[in-house]
Amino acid sequence: MNVIEVQGLCKSYADTKAVDGVDLSISQGEIFALLGPNGAGKTTTVEILEGFRSADSGLISVLGFDPSQRGAGARIWRNRIGIVLQSTSDAGDLTVHETLSHFSKYYSAPRDVEEVIASVGLDEKRSALIRTLSGGQRRRLDVGLGIIGSPELLFLDEPTTGFDPEARRAFWALIQSLRKGGTTILLTTHYLDEAEALADRVAVITHGKILEVSTPSQLGGRASAKARVQWKADGVLREEMTDNPTEVVKKLAAQFPGEVPELQVLRPSLEDVYLSMIGEK
Amino acid sequence: MSEKKTLPTTVALGVARGGLEIRQFMRQRESVVFTLAFPIILLAIFGSVFKTTLAEGVTFSRYFVAGMIASGLVNTGFQQLAIIIPMEREFGSLKRLRGTPMHVASYFIGKSILVFVSMAIQVVLLLAAGIIFFGVNLPTDPYKWLTFTWLIILGSAASTALGIAFAAVPKSGRGASAVVSPVVIVLQFFSGVFFVFTDLPGWMQQVAALFPLKWMTQGMRSVFLPDSFAAREVAGTWETQRTFLILLAWLIAGIFLAIRTFKWSRD
Repeated sequence: MNVIEVQGLCKSYADTKAVDGVDLSISQGEIFALLGPNGAGKTTTVEILEGFRSADSGLISVLGFDPSQRGAGARIWRNRIGIVLQSTSDAGDLTVHETLSHFSKYYSAPRDVEEVIASVGLDEKRSALIRTLSGGQRRRLDVGLGIIGSPELLFLDEPTTGFDPEARRAFWALIQSLRKGGTTILLTTHYLDEAEALADRVAVITHGKILEVSTPSQLGGRASAKARVQWKADGVLREEMTDNPTEVVKKLAAQFPGEVPELQVLRPSLEDVYLSMIGEK
Repeated sequence: MSEKKTLPTTVALGVARGGLEIRQFMRQRESVVFTLAFPIILLAIFGSVFKTTLAEGVTFSRYFVAGMIASGLVNTGFQQLAIIIPMEREFGSLKRLRGTPMHVASYFIGKSILVFVSMAIQVVLLLAAGIIFFGVNLPTDPYKWLTFTWLIILGSAASTALGIAFAAVPKSGRGASAVVSPVVIVLQFFSGVFFVFTDLPGWMQQVAALFPLKWMTQGMRSVFLPDSFAAREVAGTWETQRTFLILLAWLIAGIFLAIRTFKWSRD
């Protein structure tokens, strides 16, 4: 059975359709990224799956449970999921260790607090008050709080906003280690390199509709797209679009005596494909 | 992954939350100053400025101490919660809690513990100041101690429930204290805290009688002033039974409203 199964999900606010017939199937152990511009319906979709909002219509199953249900079943369900929200900025009068060890009490089988502190790279800040942390450190604490209950399913809403490149790499390694442990992860992100580095599959959503679901390397026909071979001749940059870049490079190698000046073979990046899909290019 | 271990009980988590809330409270300079020190400062100022004698053995300071103890129930419950909860909502702390397996009842238990502890500290400080500086006598009659006990319990419970309910009113966390504090200050003026209640205009007395603070102050006077002073109250008696019933009614209404209006997030 899939961890997340959604069919025909719809949600409107006043007269705008925020989510308009979304279908999703996410299987166990998968990292699934939801991509889309602001206002595309990403957050609404995720918040419905997290049980924060109710859907207007559609079939929704998250770990075999309807997130809109309340009561004793909901507590048992929440015990199995972890949520990293987009932004939280508590007053911060507790230390990192106090906060994590308090939240660990909510769950039936929490992870070890020290181990979580280490895995989000906050060892040196374990006794620091939250309000003294930098934005990136707070975000890592948010992630720590999301995983403290050893969730089977983790929701990550734009987890690395405000991270420097080094912190982002460290965060990716953390997510990959969670996947190795069997955690299913639903990620929303603005960063296409992040989706490419982490996700097994991505879905592109605009105007409340899913345009395509694919692997990052195949999205938008990326794998079969023509390659662009670029080089310089007589001081002018030249290029050729081709299905057989190897042939073109061989031909060029024969034309020039030594190195082909400024030779490049380019494929559309995930960003190129994504931008053309959402109509920005 | 899904081990068959059981989740902690709602009460156990409520107690854990209470401990956390108190720790946060003690680390916030604003809350310590405004909730604990400010009433003492007010007491020192009013008690020193107004030195009139209202009746045999009753100075205005003693009258005022009784009113300030009653106000303490409102400050630590209603005012504190109606300001903190909108801030927690705006900053996303409530939404984060909503995403965990913690039951909402544990959150309320934690807040009640916070109110009870901060109230107890405030009452002890006010009583100590009253005894040392303003000649307040602790009652010797066990019946008065009984009244004091139920006033404290019922009064702060109603104040807590109404604070949670009123937390739905402020539009933003930052604006909460601007919405809540005037309500409390006006109620204090109307309810016989800063002035002798029977000296107030009739309409003000009638408005005040609709709200719980008037009954709390009257109840505290019945505990800390001599029984002969009851003749100076509006009804000529302490109206102890009526006070009990009105506070109980406010508690029930408060719980009902709190459950109906509580929201984890703004939208």
